[in-house]
Amino acid sequence: MDSGDLAHLRRARDLLDREYAKPLNIPVMARAALMSPWHFCRRFRQVYGETPYAYLQTRRVERAMALLRHGDLSVTDVCMAVGFTSLGSFSSTFTRLVGEPPSAYRARDHSGFAPVPPCVARAWTRPGRNPSKIGEAGGTVPA
Amino acid sequence: MTLSITHTPVYCLDLDKSLAFYTDRLGFEVRNDVPMGPDMRWLTVAAPGDTHELLLAGVDHHISPVDRAAMRDLVSKGELAVFIQVDDLDKTFESLRAAGAEILQEPTDQPYGVRDAAVRDPSGNHLRLSQPLAARA
Repeated sequence: MDSGDLAHLRRARDLLDREYAKPLNIPVMARAALMSPWHFCRRFRQVYGETPYAYLQTRRVERAMALLRHGDLSVTDVCMAVGFTSLGSFSSTFTRLVGEPPSAYRARDHSGFAPVPPCVARAWTRPGRNPSKIGEAGGTVPA
Repeated sequence: MTLSITHTPVYCLDLDKSLAFYTDRLGFEVRNDVPMGPDMRWLTVAAPGDTHELLLAGVDHHISPVDRAAMRDLVSKGELAVFIQVDDLDKTFESLRAAGAEILQEPTDQPYGVRDAAVRDPSGNHLRLSQPLAARA
């Protein structure tokens, strides 16, 4: 692997992790990595295993899951808070990645997450990151 | 039986830069800096009064040649992390920002009882800083 640009790609990924709630497009992301948009998309996918746009969508959905678990925001509020601009695209993206609609996810028992540090829960629950689903309803925490 | 953690490695790409960051910027003190030949340096730091030392482990010294490139890539991609508690998160964070650290997360009050923030160390490690909310004046 050509490694010289990894720190640049990391800075772009950090931008997505930090600014996910803002409207981000490929030229803005590519600029953070000091690359052309085409080269940035190709390298990001090689290095992180998914396209930058897919990464941003999973980041937004993972944040939405955290807010929905907390339970004090409506699905519409959560949709806007994590950077989606339409409830329809939020619902369909969420359902595709998580396997159930945001309203159903919000209604479930999430008490099993209580002892897990949130930045770990964030990594584990990021859609598509892990081969198995987390059995949160039973209160068990995966080793 | 009594258990305690004595050393935890933090993998570093440039030991001198990392040493300056963890001591000058964060306030760790050097506990050991032992040259062990051209390919090895035993460099540890710890918080004042703490027995738990961070081993600043140069990837080029501590990782075998066959895995060195892979480890450099992992560190550069930002996949590794260190968690530290401080007594004045906002002050520490602002001093890191002023020193040019890459910002991952601004200081945020979290529902689980801490205020936390995150930056990259000079190698690219995710450095998560927290302060218990109850300890804030």
